[in-house]
Order: sequence, then C-alpha cells, then structure tokens
Amino acid sequence: MGAQTLTEKLLSRAAGRPVRAGELAICTPDLAMGTDGSIPMALDYLESMRPGAAPRYPGRLVFACDHYGAASGAKAQALQARARDYAVRHGIRLYDEGEGIGHQLILESGAARPGLLIVGADSHSTSYGAVGAFATGIGSSDLAGVLLCGQVWLKVPETLMVVLSGSLRGDASAKDVALLLARRLGADGAAYRALEFVGTGVTSLDMDDRIVLSNLSVELGAKAGMFPCDEVTEAWLRERGSARLEPAWADAGAEYAGVIDLDLATVVPQLALPHRVDQVVDAATAPFTKVDLVYLGTCTGGRIKDYREALEVLEQGGIAPGVQVVVTPASASVRAELERSGMLAALEALGAEIRPPGCGVCCGTCGGVPADGAVVVSTANRNFKGRMGNATASIYLASPRTCAAAAVRGSIGMEEPA
Amino acid sequence: MTILPLSGRARRLGDDVNTDYIISSRHKKESIDPEVLRQYLLEDVDPAFAESVRPGDILVAGDNFGCGSAMEVAVTVVLGAGIRAVVARSFSRTYLRNAMNNGLLPVVADTALVREGDRLTLALDAQGRLLLDNHRGDLLECAPIAPFMLEMLDMGGLVPYLREHGEFRVRA
Repeated sequence: MGAQTLTEKLLSRAAGRPVRAGELAICTPDLAMGTDGSIPMALDYLESMRPGAAPRYPGRLVFACDHYGAASGAKAQALQARARDYAVRHGIRLYDEGEGIGHQLILESGAARPGLLIVGADSHSTSYGAVGAFATGIGSSDLAGVLLCGQVWLKVPETLMVVLSGSLRGDASAKDVALLLARRLGADGAAYRALEFVGTGVTSLDMDDRIVLSNLSVELGAKAGMFPCDEVTEAWLRERGSARLEPAWADAGAEYAGVIDLDLATVVPQLALPHRVDQVVDAATAPFTKVDLVYLGTCTGGRIKDYREALEVLEQGGIAPGVQVVVTPASASVRAELERSGMLAALEALGAEIRPPGCGVCCGTCGGVPADGAVVVSTANRNFKGRMGNATASIYLASPRTCAAAAVRGSIGMEEPA
Repeated sequence: MTILPLSGRARRLGDDVNTDYIISSRHKKESIDPEVLRQYLLEDVDPAFAESVRPGDILVAGDNFGCGSAMEVAVTVVLGAGIRAVVARSFSRTYLRNAMNNGLLPVVADTALVREGDRLTLALDAQGRLLLDNHRGDLLECAPIAPFMLEMLDMGGLVPYLREHGEFRVRA
C-alpha cells in the first residue's frame, strides 16, 4: 500500500482493509449520531428493514433532541418523543431537549476522538473533524442501516489539502477563514472531497477555531474537514477525560486532488450575502443595510469564545435601538460558563434575549422565526432563502465580532450614505 | 429485476436545483408522504411540472443537482412521481447518497446534448460501461456505478437490500 491521505488511512481502519480514494468501502463507524430531525425517518426505514429491530451497537450511538423545542408544535414534539423513546428503550446515550446541540455535546464529552470514523444524520457532523476524526453527514436511511447492522457504505473521497500559514490578526476569526474559503472555492468547490487542514498556521488555531472550520467544510460541499491531532488537540481532549488516543496522520507523498494555500494573516472580516454561503464579500465593502435581528448561536458560533468576542464589541457601544439580539448557547455547559463568568448577565444588561441551548432559530424549527422582510446577521452556517423559517427574511452570515458590530451600528456594510 | 436498461422521456432542468426547489419545505411540514408531495414536485421551478410528469420520465439536470438540505423526502418525492433516474453533470453528495439508498438511479454524465423530450436509454455495454443514448446519434459515456451500488439499486435501495441481507455483503 502506497502513501495514504489521512482520509484514506482512517477509512482503511474503519473498513478493515486498505482503501484508496475513489473506492467504495463498507465501514464500521465508531460513533453514529442522529437528531430529532432525522431519527424519526430513520426509525421508519429501520421498521421496513426489520420490524422491532434493536440497535446492533447501542454503545456507539448518540441521539440528540436539539432541533425541536416547546415552540415547535405538537407534531414536532411527537417526532421528538419517538426518538427519545427509542433511545430510552435501547439504552442509547440521549441528549434531551434543552441540553444543547448534539455536535457540541459530543465534542464536549470527549467522545469524538482522533482516528475515529464518526457519522451523523445531520450535515454539520463534519464538526468532529476538528479533533482528527473522519466525520461526515449521512441520511436517515444510512442511520437506519447503522442501527441495523453497525455499518455504512462510503465512497473514499479524494482530498484537497488546505495549507494554512501565519496567524489571524485584528478582527479576523476562524469564521472569516471559512467564509473566505467558500468565496474562493464556491459552495460545491470541495464536492465529493475531504479537506485536510495542514501547515504551520494550524497550531495558531485553538479547538474552537478548528471546530468552526470543520463545521463549515460542508458548506463547500466537502464530505469531511479534518485537522491533524497535535498538542492543542491532546491538551483539549485531556481536559475532557478522553480515553486513549489513536491519532493518525497523512503519509508524506500521499496523493492530493489539489492544494489551497491560505495565509491567515491576510484574512479580513467577511460577510456572506443572502442567499448563498459562497456569495461572500469583505464585510467593510458590503452595501449599506439596516439590521433587524442579530443571532448569536448555533453549532458554528455558539461557544464561549464566540460570546467573549461578541461581548467585547457589544460593550463598546451597546445595542442600537430597534435591533433585536438573540443569544442561543450551543450547550447547557456553555450557558453555565456564561453565567459563571458574568457574561450572561452582561449580555442581558445590554438587552440581549437569552434562549435555551439548542439549534434554536437557525433552521426555523424552534419558533422565534424572523419577521417578514427582516434583515438578519447571524453567526450560523446557512443563509438559504427560508432557512430560518421565513422566506422573506434576508440572512447575512458573519463572525461573532462582525455580528456584534452590526448590533452596535444597527447596520452592516459601508457607512450610511450621506 | 434490474434497474438497467432504463428508458424514458427527458425532462430538462438547469444547474443548482436545490432540495427546496425539488420539494418546498412549506409542503414538507404538512406531510412526508410521496403520494401527497408529488403534486408539488419542482413547483417553484415550474408550477405546471408535476402535472406534466409521466411515470418513467427521466430528470436531466446540470451541475450540483440536489444541493441544500439532506432531507430524503427530496428523493422519495421524485420516486413518488414515477421517476426512476436522474442524470446530471454533478450531484450534491447527500442527494447522490439518498438517491442510491432509496433506489433512484443517479447518473453522472455530460448532459449538454440532451434536450427536453428526448427519448433516453441508459444501459450497460458489453464492457460494463454505462452509456446514455439520446436516440439522436449521441452515445454518451456516464461515470461508472460500483457493482455493489447496482445490486442495491436493482433491489430497490438500502431498505430492501438490508431487509434481504441483514448486513452489507461486499468488501468493495
């Protein structure tokens, strides 16, 4: 077997045989997750495969009730109850409504580890690539297959190497790096491919930064977005009591489908315009637009670092009249830390609304849908028309600092025309 | 029964047909039954489309077909309308996966030479190459589909496959 990319190495391990890019592999995931948005349909598929089937490996599953809440309506709550009941009946690890977003909770728990294959019936399952796992989104039928037999088919993707150098400066953040990559590559620029982030710039990124980049890899069409396991990863996992690590690295001489160079020091704040994640401009040069709602949360932008950065900006000028700021922490422990550090009180004192941890209004399933014609600036990952539940809203995506600055000014883009 | 050869009438679509265009989320909230949803198929692209679909039609698209959400209903609604294959220059990976798993044949080929209403035939030649014939003189070679995938598609998708076998039976 010749030199392998990290992707080839991890999928070879999961397939129990050496595999190369382009091959079809039957893999055994170490961890599979689903949400209340995807599990009910998976249970329907499972029922058609084998009525009453119990999961083959309950210990390798995590169910997260994060997409629906009290405001989602009776039908959604019934779907959520089906997911919950199956988890309870079969001893599956369950993160229940209000605990937070599944991706965040799995990362916090230390269950996502280097070297693992992790699949999730949610497209942002690419997030786990931050710790050096191969992590990708699957469908409900795939999840049903994993429940039944513990396996999933995967086509081994080619890999694009993203070589990061330098370190972030000024107001730039990991979110800006991700949006800049979307701008350069396009929404399908990494389709069918895995991204491997390498280079000297990687060490300057903390785990929160890496999670943002892995999370947003899917917005470039990537199957996975992976970081090498290094001292930053190891220290972060040790804090989470993670068991023995089995990291792997790409071999020297592995074949890549392409190389993208990015000097982090050149990154400036970016803004994705409605309604495409890859319709990105420098935030400073965007057309002037008044803002109605600023959303700080989601699996992309709802962690402590995000709120710390947002708060620094918000405290400089306060929230402009007429702007609603909604805070939805990614998890209960993020919320607890916000409370302990006094940041929650500070956000509330500024007039921000604090909502229960979870997916929140990101995908329009938890109530609190933007008003008709509303202009939203969000730390989230998608701005498709109707994404937040109202097709007449315009959603802009940006970093926590840029979102906070929009709340302070009451607008985004260039200064108001005189 | 095998999915190939497969013939049908071409229904032309453009690039970046996202899952919300295939079936709007405002209908997904009401029902996920393909028999109900089929009347709204591609409604936002062409309100008359659903009514004009005949069983056996083949969708023919440009780049990035099925981008957007990973909801499988965007595949089951196409099957519900009697469509068994989609030919596109490229697919979003989640749509391709969901199509395979639900028994909808996703074919990657250069679709520039296919016109609305063409009679199309998809078939394997003696060498196992997948070819698209537009019956106007063009025989287009399509991206190969792995034997395991064809077996799964022949059986109608992942559910019948795993119902029959209980697990994946291939190593490649």
